[in-house]
Amino acid sequence: MSVAASTKVTPPARVITTKPRVSDQIFRAIVTVFSFSALVILSLIALFLLIQGFSTLREQGFGFITHFEWSITTDDSGKEVAHFGLQAMLIGTVIISFLALLLAVPIAVLTALFLTYYAPDSIKKILVTVIDLMAAFPSILYGLWGYFVLMPMAIYWAKLIHKWLGWIYIFDVPQPIFARSPFIASIVLSIMIIPIITSVSREVFSQTPLDRVQAAYALGATKWGMIRAVVLPYGAGGVVGGSMLGLGRAFGETVAVYSVLNIVFRPNYQILFTQGGNVASMIIQKWGEAGKSEVSALIAAGLVLFILTLLVNFAANFIVSRSVKSGR
Amino acid sequence: MSSIVKPTKPWAASPRDRAITALSIAISVVVSFAVVAATPMKGKLAYAFIFFVSWIAIDSLFAFYRLGVKGVRNGLAEKITLIGALIVSAAVFSILWTTIYKGTKGLNLAFVTQTMREASIFDPIGKGGILHSIVGTLILIALSILFSVPMGILTALYLTELKGRASALIQFLVQAMSGVPSVVAGLFIYAALVLTTPLRSSAFLGALALTILMVPTVTRTAQEVLNLVPRDLREAGLAMGATQWKTVALVVVPAARSGLITAVILGVARIAGETAPLIFTIGAFDSINWNPVKGESASIPTIIWRGLLGGSPEAVQRAWSAILVLLILVLLLFVAARSLGNRAMKK
Repeated sequence: MSVAASTKVTPPARVITTKPRVSDQIFRAIVTVFSFSALVILSLIALFLLIQGFSTLREQGFGFITHFEWSITTDDSGKEVAHFGLQAMLIGTVIISFLALLLAVPIAVLTALFLTYYAPDSIKKILVTVIDLMAAFPSILYGLWGYFVLMPMAIYWAKLIHKWLGWIYIFDVPQPIFARSPFIASIVLSIMIIPIITSVSREVFSQTPLDRVQAAYALGATKWGMIRAVVLPYGAGGVVGGSMLGLGRAFGETVAVYSVLNIVFRPNYQILFTQGGNVASMIIQKWGEAGKSEVSALIAAGLVLFILTLLVNFAANFIVSRSVKSGR
Repeated sequence: MSSIVKPTKPWAASPRDRAITALSIAISVVVSFAVVAATPMKGKLAYAFIFFVSWIAIDSLFAFYRLGVKGVRNGLAEKITLIGALIVSAAVFSILWTTIYKGTKGLNLAFVTQTMREASIFDPIGKGGILHSIVGTLILIALSILFSVPMGILTALYLTELKGRASALIQFLVQAMSGVPSVVAGLFIYAALVLTTPLRSSAFLGALALTILMVPTVTRTAQEVLNLVPRDLREAGLAMGATQWKTVALVVVPAARSGLITAVILGVARIAGETAPLIFTIGAFDSINWNPVKGESASIPTIIWRGLLGGSPEAVQRAWSAILVLLILVLLLFVAARSLGNRAMKK
């Protein structure tokens, strides 16, 4: 008798792989495709604005950003002669935006310091909510408020400034008309960008390393001494980045500026006078009665604005992401 | 004998400090009234200005007496930051108060239940309303949610769950996109669709333009919320043998649900009041248009815009009342986002 030799069947070794299941592959593919929507949209914007604005850019050439004339006339032979130049509008945009920044940054930084280091908890909570709410206000609300409430007050301030500082060129005016000036537009813009700068600054200030704060106190610093020696140097990058984000917003603001600015195609450096320029507002001002060639010019203006804000935003985000660790 | 040590706060203001503060404020109030009465400076601004100057001066005097120059600087910094915060609060208060004060005057039942089909913006208040634009805005919001939620949330999932090779690039582009000016978004839709295809102004095109503005907000908030979901939950899901898809769909997203809703609401709040893109894309219409793809449409922001351009007192009054309605909408969204967001953070 012999025991039948058992025939052992060894199952094939399990193959271990890191290859994801089919369901996961599909999931990853879909998510990856959608994640590129930002890239697709941004390139489509640049592409279509370029295509539709190309005829203007070709005709006007470099003059599109160096001339300030904006007119369509018909010459003797009935041919249409168009001059489209953005210079005055670009200069106006830069003046208004930087003036807004000049007004907004000190107030925003002071508010951020107050919120982080001085305010009692209850007031802090309310004020943070209020500032978040301010960021959510529609821009047309700022326009309406700026026109009906702020303008009468601002005209009075402008008259005061002109009375006492009128001997400086930028505060002088050729005629005593103070309504709808770059000065007023920049006040409205500064109120619109204060929440952005405040929230970014608050974020960096609140991330100041506690050990450095305590070290400053331990060395006998007063609160202000601590802020000057520790918080401000630490938060400087964030404040600059936040300000640039605000600048990007100010460049692109349309409706609010349109309500409080008298748009004239002529460079004007006298900020109290009722004559200014703004690319975005100019586009909606001219849109209503624009013919075919002018629509192309306006789209080209949109392209210039798009590139301008994109550059400012790139710079801003670079600075903010370097100084704010949590990532915005 | 109880020997419970009471906690002391040696840095807190003592009764004497409080008395000094109160005294200096009282003196400054008196000074500001006296100066305004005695000099030609007039107005609320003069009161505020003189009050602050004299308060700072008097308080600095006390501080100098007790703490020297450093104390003066410290007190000065405190008051100046307070002034910064007060300026911001004053602006917000003024905006809210004007809107409520001017807006309620023109608000009545007809204003929110009728359309402008048989009225013009120059008719007296009480005839015609903005129902058509409320409907239009709701359609715009619904369509924008439909378009931007898949894009926004899937992009956020890519950035938090897949963490693919392109993460840094995509993060960068999303931030760049959040800076696209609203007027450019409108121009783009006009240049890409109205000029090249048979599509004409409609709520659909308006929603496309708004989507460009809404996606970055949704993405960034959703990303922050998804980052808050603990790693353990994901690891637990994977350890149970779930695929990544199952883990995301059944663990991560449900855990972050209320936060994701907050992201969508914040996105809606961002676009609800946008005016500039709609000027290029939705046209104008005086009664309700339920069809989003065909025919022009109305929205609250464009109604306000036309009222403002109209210029007559009735038109401006309509604009104020419409903006009050818009503001209430934004406030409701804001409160909803806050309360949901707070709940999401507590979990």
